[in-house]
Amino acid sequence: MQSFVINLLNGLSYGLLLFMLSAGLTLIFSMLGVLNFAHASFYMLGAYVGFSVAARVGFWSELVIAPLVVGLLGAALERWLLRRVRRHGHLPELLLTVGAAYLLGELVKLGWGLSPLSAPIPAVLDGPLFSLYGATFARYRAFMMAVSLAMLAVLVAVLRVSKTGLIVRAALTHPQAVEALGHNVPRVFTGVFAAGTALAALAGVIGAPLFVIEPAMAESLGSIVFVVVVIGGLGSLSGALLASLLVGCVQTLAVASDVSLGDLVSIAGAVLPPEWGALTLAQLAPLLPYLLLVTVLAFRPHGLLGRRDDHA
Amino acid sequence: MRKRRSLAPWCALIAFLAVPPFVWPHSWLLAYLAQSATMIVFALSYNLLLGETGLLSFGHAAYAGLGALIAARVFNAGGMPLVVLPLVGGIGGALCGVLFGFIATRRSGTAFAMITLGLGELVVAAAWTLPGWFGGDAGVAIDRASGPRFVSSIAGWSFGPAREAYALIALWCVVATVAMCALSRTPFMRVANAVRDNPVRAAAIGCYPSRVRYGVVVLSAFFAGIAGTLGLINLELVSTESVGMMRSGAVLIATVIGGTSAFFGPVAGAVVGSPVSARGTLRVSRSMAGGVAGGLICGARRGCCCGSRLSCSPCNGLTRRSSARMRARRWVRSLEPAAVGWMPVARLCCRRCGLRCCSAH
Repeated sequence: MQSFVINLLNGLSYGLLLFMLSAGLTLIFSMLGVLNFAHASFYMLGAYVGFSVAARVGFWSELVIAPLVVGLLGAALERWLLRRVRRHGHLPELLLTVGAAYLLGELVKLGWGLSPLSAPIPAVLDGPLFSLYGATFARYRAFMMAVSLAMLAVLVAVLRVSKTGLIVRAALTHPQAVEALGHNVPRVFTGVFAAGTALAALAGVIGAPLFVIEPAMAESLGSIVFVVVVIGGLGSLSGALLASLLVGCVQTLAVASDVSLGDLVSIAGAVLPPEWGALTLAQLAPLLPYLLLVTVLAFRPHGLLGRRDDHA
Repeated sequence: MRKRRSLAPWCALIAFLAVPPFVWPHSWLLAYLAQSATMIVFALSYNLLLGETGLLSFGHAAYAGLGALIAARVFNAGGMPLVVLPLVGGIGGALCGVLFGFIATRRSGTAFAMITLGLGELVVAAAWTLPGWFGGDAGVAIDRASGPRFVSSIAGWSFGPAREAYALIALWCVVATVAMCALSRTPFMRVANAVRDNPVRAAAIGCYPSRVRYGVVVLSAFFAGIAGTLGLINLELVSTESVGMMRSGAVLIATVIGGTSAFFGPVAGAVVGSPVSARGTLRVSRSMAGGVAGGLICGARRGCCCGSRLSCSPCNGLTRRSSARMRARRWVRSLEPAAVGWMPVARLCCRRCGLRCCSAH
């Protein structure tokens, strides 16, 4: 039970990290109508750039510099490539981002090599924050949660309160009307794309010490982020938050549990063949996000909080 | 004149498959041709989704891999002669399509792409985790000479040697290509085109878009299962790699590079793209594939129009419906910029796979 609380906290921090990625993805999707397939690659690029920056000027400045660099790169991608393709429809845009994902993956391999790098945790954030009945909660995870929550607060504040947010929200639904009022809607698009990629890079920077920095990190986390966005409902920010926390907690709890599949099925009264029954829930953890996806879509084709507005 | 032009791509395909083994009987050439034949069927089946129905799928390798897995299990159980094994794999793939399509085809566009990505990842993760599925790291192997003789006893072929296996693969490749070309002329695929171009209007006429998409997914999964089984016959092995995302990405690249609007576009893409995916078979693949892919896409603006004229012609049923053909052309043009964006990607991929070839030796 005591470790359950800690695991839940770990799950929440992982879920918030997922949300930082899926928030940018959702914003870009609801604005451009296209899912940025290269989003996870920007996350990876953020981790790599952060690693290089941290080696020179330290951890705290990397938190600012890496998202800025990657955000500028994202803006460039939107401005010079995506904008050209836009008039041809969504499918070419999606294909272009797939291509960009491959390209970024290759660039990272060329620039930083194939071997995994490990990002150090700064001394201030190293060590346990508190311990509960013998199980400890890492200080760095608390920091991660704090950054994610601060980002969430800033996002809500900017979108809900500021005038910029008003224009962005209006441009999401009525781009022509906003343009008629004299606002530069394409520039708003570029800005949102840059902000989304910068968020992904920030997630890469603060997530890097927990995972290994390697060229495969984009694929391993990327597919989970896409699953999160679909489970939450494409284009729904609150849905993305809900799904991120759900997936984060389910996966973390499954990894930490020592229940086997046979035990679970025996509750329902069924018996499995021994080699299946011996599988632990921890072994099945990589499957769970996708199973969750299938379950949610079977009952709610539009995701948890998705709108039923796209045709057929 | 038109008839002759429509036959040209077919002659080229058959010449590509049949002539080289007689002229230049090297084992690596056979391996490359078998890979190409597999990829041709795979890319054409993918194009039923992407080109004909406008559905972008990221999990297409799942159908091929699972179809091949089912075929391998059936073959090892001793029930099927090798000659008809691709049919078994196709039916297996179609069954997977029935299952996955039910979940995926309720949405279209981006959501469909993401759901197929999730399903593809699910299959990959399951293949790694679940015991007894793919036989762990080793995969499921078959001995293609061991099956019950059916036609082979007449000709005295055991399909053990690579030449005999390749003959079977090439034959199935042509049969599947003809079947898909015939399919692309059926009224059902015309309805699928309508769903691609204007789903609301198609629904208003009475063609339920989700049902049409479901049907196309099942058909496409059938042919993907055939392609997967051809790969199984070639390599005598189905492993977790054959459901992997790398393969799904490779077929996407091949189809996009070849062009989606024309029936023979994916064939060209597969012929160019298969050295990229044929690991360790071709040292020269790097420069060749890089050059050809780059050249093809470099001339995209001019080349695609030529390409569409040249390769649309086998489906001459289209010419009577000029509006449909115009729409197809617009579709090609719409993919051009994306193709231009893909060029550096294709080059890099080629380079990387080439490097891996060299390191594998």
